[in-house]
Amino acid sequence: MTKSARTLYEKIWDAHIVDQRDDGTCLIYIDRHLVHEVTSPQAFEALRLSGRTVRRPDLTLAVPDHNLPTTARTDANGAELPIADKQSAQQLAALRTNAPSFGIRYIDATDREQGIVHVVGPEQGFSLPGATIVCGDSHTACHGGIGALAFGIGTTELEHVLATQTLLLKQSKTMEVRVDGELAPGVTPKDLILHIIGVIGTAGGTGHVIEYRGKVFEDMSIEGRLTVCNMSIEGGARAGLVAPDEKTFAYLKGRPYAPRGADWDKAVAWWKSLATDPGATFDKSVVIDAADVQPTVTWGTSPEDVAPIGSAIPAPESYADPSKQQAVKVSLDYMGLEPGTRLKDIAVEHIFIGSCTNSRIEDIRAAAAVLKGRKKADSVKWAIVVPGSGLVKEQAEAEGLDKIITEAGLEWREPGCSACLAMNPDKVPAGERCASTSNRNFTGRQGPGSRTHLVSPAMAAAAAVTGKLTDVRELTG
Amino acid sequence: MEPISEVSGRAIPFGRKNVDTDVIIPAHWLKTISREGLGEGAFETVKKEQDSVFTDPEFAGAPILIAGDNFGCGSSREHAAWALLDMGITCVIAPSFSDIFASNAFKNGILTVALPQDAVDRLMEVAQTDPIDIDLQSQCVTTRFQDRFEFDIDPFRKHCLLNGLDEVGLTLEQGDTIKAHERRMETDLPFLAKAVGTAG
Ligand code: SF4
Repeated sequence: MTKSARTLYEKIWDAHIVDQRDDGTCLIYIDRHLVHEVTSPQAFEALRLSGRTVRRPDLTLAVPDHNLPTTARTDANGAELPIADKQSAQQLAALRTNAPSFGIRYIDATDREQGIVHVVGPEQGFSLPGATIVCGDSHTACHGGIGALAFGIGTTELEHVLATQTLLLKQSKTMEVRVDGELAPGVTPKDLILHIIGVIGTAGGTGHVIEYRGKVFEDMSIEGRLTVCNMSIEGGARAGLVAPDEKTFAYLKGRPYAPRGADWDKAVAWWKSLATDPGATFDKSVVIDAADVQPTVTWGTSPEDVAPIGSAIPAPESYADPSKQQAVKVSLDYMGLEPGTRLKDIAVEHIFIGSCTNSRIEDIRAAAAVLKGRKKADSVKWAIVVPGSGLVKEQAEAEGLDKIITEAGLEWREPGCSACLAMNPDKVPAGERCASTSNRNFTGRQGPGSRTHLVSPAMAAAAAVTGKLTDVRELTG
Repeated sequence: MEPISEVSGRAIPFGRKNVDTDVIIPAHWLKTISREGLGEGAFETVKKEQDSVFTDPEFAGAPILIAGDNFGCGSSREHAAWALLDMGITCVIAPSFSDIFASNAFKNGILTVALPQDAVDRLMEVAQTDPIDIDLQSQCVTTRFQDRFEFDIDPFRKHCLLNGLDEVGLTLEQGDTIKAHERRMETDLPFLAKAVGTAG
């Protein structure tokens, strides 16, 4: 029986129950499945070995992203350049053959639509509000920004979805993160989600699906919502959601996979009905005042190690929990930082603007706005801007943003996951520091021994100019 | 998945306790694109030890592995089960197993048999020279020396193993229920039920 007043999450869940078992486990229908090269090969192999097929290849879309180098993919004559790393090349080649052999639509590394799965899905209108979306990557939560129930899955689950278009799941608890008021100038959705993770902690959302509610999210662009939902996983939640609204509909209308004609009207009517009912309750609720959010950076190796840019590195003793004290010590040791150091005094040698968190056109614009007429500091050795997809790249170039970026001394690259994870050639050397717009500052995430500070695109651009973590508002006034 | 009703043959008398998944298959084997071929990396470090049972020709191709307490602890990598299967092992006997390993083994059609330590000790002894028989239907392990050890198994897992059903196979049995849901979607939410597009 369904409850009378339901949350957005509960409505999507209820609409997708295929079957319910006695122990409460549900067989949930999956509307959209995004596939990339890293987690899929063994799932395809298992299908092949057992003589099974993909149930709904038409609801599945494959695109390579994680392993691809972000340097030129074709030579001057348009011939494809080989990939140096043998294992990367093997994974990419496997996807290229697996997708068509199972009848799955495939965007190739050399296609203009290629990009990071989580950028491509919404951009193509393949990801839709109210849909259940899975992908073998934990940042699938991203698609919650358009109101989809989206989460990452492992290889065995991937095989299950390919073969049956369903998953066996237990319903999550609901959590509301409410932010009312207005974000101050210079404060972006990335700063907000870093701040939120700082408040709730990396385990704050465990077992829950978060719904982001309140004026700040209503005012936020779709791309900003995608950034926020993307990092729900860093707050421990399996998924994050923002209710679809007029902005969502305007964003999706006319995109290649978006519904058309009568289907579109029917879709909009249903999407509108998904908003959390008045009187619906959440298992957990967190309220944050937008006025408290500053441009925020991470200083440690956990995404909850955040601080406003104007502050200093905390002392381990400032934490009540002894195990957190220990974790902070280890983390500061790894990061090569001392308690009490002002964040603004931390020099960075590398800048990475990209990843499924921050590589959409608004992110590139925000970075370019800071870089315009400025130059990268000489102390910054390596600074790259990696658009999330070929279409983002085209758009940025049409606006002349690539010129601004390269004139400032930063590199303008081909789309892919890049330095978000150390799987392709874009890596941060051991012991060196990177201001990065990605989502994870874990030990070794950007390369063995790499030190990551998570920031917004504007803050990353500001760091590129000064060679230090910087309050972007001091540059832009 | 291959159905299992009985496993008979030589058993590798490994007997070690707390064998973690990194011992079963070291991390550097994880960048593969296949489940097959992992047998080569299975117990890689143990194989390098002197007089390892894993390099003893006597046990080559043995379908059974006997280990100590807490077999398969450590990371959740499914590669551990794939590696065992690839080396031809379809049954592991130990006093206890890590939950995640047992679940991964089950998902891949490997029978895990938990027996008391003294029974395991006795089987270790027999395994040095003689084969061992495991009958899943009657849930017992026997030897040609009249040893007989009964074991417990979850009835659901037993059913799946006997019939070669993995989770995917089980859900596929619900094909009609899934079809019915798809029909409902086509009427109620047609825009989700299909993805008509132009890219790719
Ligand atoms: S950009 Fe990073 S987080 Fe996003 S899909 Fe790629 S590897 Fe995963």
